[in-house]
Amino acid sequence: MSQVSAVPVAGAPSVPTIPFGQLAPWALFFGLLGTLVLFFVSTDQGAVSLLAGTAIHEWVHDGRHLLGYPCH
Amino acid sequence: MTARAFLIRGLIAGLVAGIATFFVAYSVGEPHVETAIALEESGTAAEEAPTDASHDHGDEAAGGHSHTHSHSHGDEGEDTEVSRDSQRTWGLLTGSLAVGLVLGGIVALVAAGTIGRMGRLQPGQSTALITLLGFVAFALVPFLKYPANPPAVGSGDTIGDRTALYFGFVVVSVLTAVAATYVALRLRNRLGTYGGVVAGAAGYLAVMVVAGQLFATVNEVGDFPADTLWFFRRASLFTLATMWGVIGVVLTGLVGRLYAAQTERAQRRALAASL
Repeated sequence: MSQVSAVPVAGAPSVPTIPFGQLAPWALFFGLLGTLVLFFVSTDQGAVSLLAGTAIHEWVHDGRHLLGYPCH
Repeated sequence: MTARAFLIRGLIAGLVAGIATFFVAYSVGEPHVETAIALEESGTAAEEAPTDASHDHGDEAAGGHSHTHSHSHGDEGEDTEVSRDSQRTWGLLTGSLAVGLVLGGIVALVAAGTIGRMGRLQPGQSTALITLLGFVAFALVPFLKYPANPPAVGSGDTIGDRTALYFGFVVVSVLTAVAATYVALRLRNRLGTYGGVVAGAAGYLAVMVVAGQLFATVNEVGDFPADTLWFFRRASLFTLATMWGVIGVVLTGLVGRLYAAQTERAQRRALAASL
């Protein structure tokens, strides 16, 4: 996946790339954190419950409906 | 141009988008949420769908369970009451900000991985394109298959199935979009930009049309009023479009400025070295 597909053109300044190796830890950490946050806003205490009760569901209820996540 | 610089800008864009999304959702969406809850409480909505014979879309709606939306779902022992006032203000703001920050950060990191790797697009341009693809793959296409539903539509008994179908479809859509983008970039070397983009877009469309046929249809509308349903769904789409649109505009602007500043620095250094 790391081939640069841009054909180098004489005169055009080449756009720098960020090595995937440098990006990986950021992507992994933020990806996991983001998935967790999205889960709590969109799904927790609905189909699946990680935390008992209904407090989170109730609190983000309107956001869950308006952002298009399944709710009831 | 580092991962850190992108992530910070993504979080800023997400924060702005979350605030904007809250205001749009509050002013455009909340009136219809209120209408739906009023309908639900007066019992005229899905709960009392007449007989299934009248039309075929009442069949699943009459689940016979009752839950009030103001607001205890009553299934767990410990009910937590959150007032409607809190739900439609601070609760909605919490959800909007959280989703905004997450989406802003993820879009920024994907944009960071694609700069310089999408043909001859400049960093700002590829960032805008990534946001657009994200909106289509993560929000718009899933919405077309499983549109948002207001309170009172959707039975608590099927929430498990509906959640699995929705996120399954989102995963298929996002993975297909990533693959189609990769294929488009590879084909671009052989077919040119036009051929590559058309092939990638057609591939995504073909896979998603088939997936849309294969995934089960959810219809729990019952005799919920069609106009309220449409107003709610339209408001939901405005909400999603605001989220992604603001992320795209703010992040593209910030990345463009970052790149311009870096280019200028590099040129000044080159000039100084040549003297």
